[in-house]
Amino acid sequence: MTETRQAPAAEAVPQGREPRPRGLGVTGWLRWGWRQLTSMRTALILLFLVALGSVPGSILPQRGQAPERVVEYLDEHRTLGPWLDRLSLFDVFAAPWFAAIYILLFVSLAGCVIPRTRQHWRAMRSQPPAAPRVLSRLPQSARYETDRDAAEVLAEARRLLRGRRFRVADGDGSVAAEKGYLGEIGNLAFHLALLVLLFAVAAGALFGYRGNIVLTEGSGFANSLAYYDQFTPGRQFSPDRLAPFSLRLEDFRADYVKDGERRGQPLDYSATVHYRERPDAPEKTYDLRVNHPLAVGGAKIYLLNHGYAPRFTVRDGQGNVAYRGAMPFLPIETRTYTSEGVIKAPDARPEQLAFQAVFWPTAVADTRNKQVLSAFPAPLNPTVSLMTFKGDLGLDSGTPQSVYRIEGIGKTLQPVRGGARLLRQGETFTLPNGAGSITFDGTQEWISLSVNHDPGRLPALAAAVAAILGVIVSFMVRRRRLWVRATPGKGGRTVVEVGGLTLGNPTAEFEDVVAALRRDEPRAPTGSDDDTEE
Amino acid sequence: MADSDLANLSDQLALGAVLLYVVAMVGYALDLGFGRRRAGSAETERAEREAPAKVLVGTAGAETTETTETAKAAGAPAEGSEDDEPATERDWGRFAVLINVLGWGAHLGMLVTRGWAAERWPWGNMYEFLSAIAFAAVTAFLVVMARYKARFLGAFVMLAAVVALGVATIWLYTPVGPLVPALKSYWIAIHVSAAIVATGAFTVAGVSTVLYMLRSRRPAGETGGGTLALLPGADTLDRLAYKVTMFAFPIWTFAIIAGAIWADEAWGRYWGWDPKEIWSFVTWVIYAGYLHARATAGWKGRRAAVISLLAFAALLFNFFGVNYMFSGLHSYAG
Ligand code: HEM
Repeated sequence: MTETRQAPAAEAVPQGREPRPRGLGVTGWLRWGWRQLTSMRTALILLFLVALGSVPGSILPQRGQAPERVVEYLDEHRTLGPWLDRLSLFDVFAAPWFAAIYILLFVSLAGCVIPRTRQHWRAMRSQPPAAPRVLSRLPQSARYETDRDAAEVLAEARRLLRGRRFRVADGDGSVAAEKGYLGEIGNLAFHLALLVLLFAVAAGALFGYRGNIVLTEGSGFANSLAYYDQFTPGRQFSPDRLAPFSLRLEDFRADYVKDGERRGQPLDYSATVHYRERPDAPEKTYDLRVNHPLAVGGAKIYLLNHGYAPRFTVRDGQGNVAYRGAMPFLPIETRTYTSEGVIKAPDARPEQLAFQAVFWPTAVADTRNKQVLSAFPAPLNPTVSLMTFKGDLGLDSGTPQSVYRIEGIGKTLQPVRGGARLLRQGETFTLPNGAGSITFDGTQEWISLSVNHDPGRLPALAAAVAAILGVIVSFMVRRRRLWVRATPGKGGRTVVEVGGLTLGNPTAEFEDVVAALRRDEPRAPTGSDDDTEE
Repeated sequence: MADSDLANLSDQLALGAVLLYVVAMVGYALDLGFGRRRAGSAETERAEREAPAKVLVGTAGAETTETTETAKAAGAPAEGSEDDEPATERDWGRFAVLINVLGWGAHLGMLVTRGWAAERWPWGNMYEFLSAIAFAAVTAFLVVMARYKARFLGAFVMLAAVVALGVATIWLYTPVGPLVPALKSYWIAIHVSAAIVATGAFTVAGVSTVLYMLRSRRPAGETGGGTLALLPGADTLDRLAYKVTMFAFPIWTFAIIAGAIWADEAWGRYWGWDPKEIWSFVTWVIYAGYLHARATAGWKGRRAAVISLLAFAALLFNFFGVNYMFSGLHSYAG
């Protein structure tokens, strides 16, 4: 047996099988085009296109997620790359063709659902359709004879069906009943919720912002553009949307598995931060962890990453302090947190000084390769190796420099002979030729934070929840119609015909109704097992 | 008991579950072969053809309460004829169900002891995840069997479960261990559990759809021709697949949304098109396509079934392909 969703009398969904209009003029064509667009078949094709169009986004690197890998890819594929780029294949989800597909899909959705909503509204307020002439042709039907007279049977049927929450209407010698409107409401709610979801996501992207910040222990920031290392505003963003909060990092802790096979695997990260919602608000404390963001001023603050920031003091040839502070290093290996970074001392005299450094949180000697290694990600034996340069750092040239790299080595900056050295925490290295000294004072940690404001989040969540509820209801409740006709038959008996039509799989309720109608008959049929209503 | 003892027990229970499933598989296969006569299945087929849409054909009295629903749901000849069968033949089915339930118990024990040993939900890595999906599939099958008398799926679901547990144990085995910080959240219980349940149910729907594709190649009613004829009619398989998909789809939707909420909590955005998210979305969209196809007259039957299989392929790819081919944020892979 096959599904009979499109019942003969039901509001049929346009099937897109109409003949092409001939000589109908512009409006005819427009109307035809609209019908095509809002047909189920078009919806199906567009759904497929959305699925198909998403796939390259998982295969090719995407600018939104990993811009550096896109650059790499373009470097490696010099002929193919630019073509893929022209097709927006590195930006699939912002591509014009992808937008075209989903906009068409949602126009089709609106064009399909809004008229259906109107129809359903009307159907809910009108009478159930009158009984078809031949009830035995319906998907579910039954027929029996009884001694009671027709009016009695119909009255009984009316009472029974009302009791089962059917809407009932009287016909000529028959009763028509319908129920299960909620199923269609669920379906409509589901589709409308998808529309709302799309708008919420779009609004969030337009009005929100996202920024990244690196903080070392003891430092802080105020929520303004100047502090962000990286900032991505939505198109409709304006800086006065930045809530005026401020935040300071006191302490960061990482826990690792201490021994066994998984030694070094991170167990927990946690950062103690103090924040104020407004400059004049009282300071509060929060334990910021992964999966445990801080919500402040409409934005959410996430702990993204962490690393080491060794603290140094650099003295120049004249004995003056040319640099003192903690410098964030970038991990080059996250398993052991071996990190690298640079220290720049532009204030050093007579010549500027710079150091290139590698940091091992738990340094051990690898005797075989005569190397230093880090044996553990926590700072149990923090050690740095330094390489010294002197000359001109080039910071006055006006072009911005990365704080993680030294520029001009071999040109304006020369390596200092004898300037390489391994330093443990607390040790000082006196540079050759009275050029100054550097002290490894201590080890701090840095964290990177993502600050994210997305005003579409809650509406999107509400829409998603509505969609789920809608689809569950639409699967569980089926719209169904039932008709009872009673006509006088031979020998003073009454012939009762019952017909049932379900939009979807037939339900066992039909049999229950028939059984209840025939309660007084000697051998009432038992309802077959219900395999319809999940 | 020490954690390592529990972990060992879990591994042994996994082995036990595999062995019991293999035995159950053989039992179900024998049940298909002997317990169900060809004539019987042809009878079902005929009944379906002759009463295309009548659920209850009641005339004058209530003699003919033979319904297609029962015939179909039984996936077997109507109750009466089953009673005619010699007891020895029918017992294979009972035996298979019994062993299957024992295997299910061992499987459950495996997951529980594993979670106990690790002191967390036992789905933190691919080994645990795949084992749990196999468990969900067997559970979904047992429910479907109880509800729709769909014992005929047994041999095939057992095969899938054995393969899944085998792959998990041989290639994906990971010793008991703690979770990485990114997975420490109560959302793992919600999001991953929903994904597991939905995947298990989709697997049962997939098995039914594959059988439907094989079965429906033959024009309805044609008897003879190998094991396929032992299965119930194509329509039964098709409808079963549809119902199970209708059960799984909202759960899958929920899993995606719960994942988005978790992503919002953990990564600072609810949707970022990471490969895992892309393929979950693709899977969801194709299943939605299948449901639409089923709802319109023009796309029923084999064409709709192809869509369903495509969706299932996307689901599997999301599990295996995405984890091993693309780098993403989902940290349980590898
Ligand atoms: C964003 C894309 C869409 C998704 C994800 C989607 C999803 C779904 C799902 C899951 C169902 C099954 C619910 C049920 O059977 O009650 C459904 C049913 C339905 N959809 Fe959509 N849909 C989408 C777009 C559309 C469009 C564009 C149309 C109109 C052309 C449409 C028309 C329908 C109709 C008429 C049904 C009811 C079928 C029935 O059960 O009788 N949908 N949709």
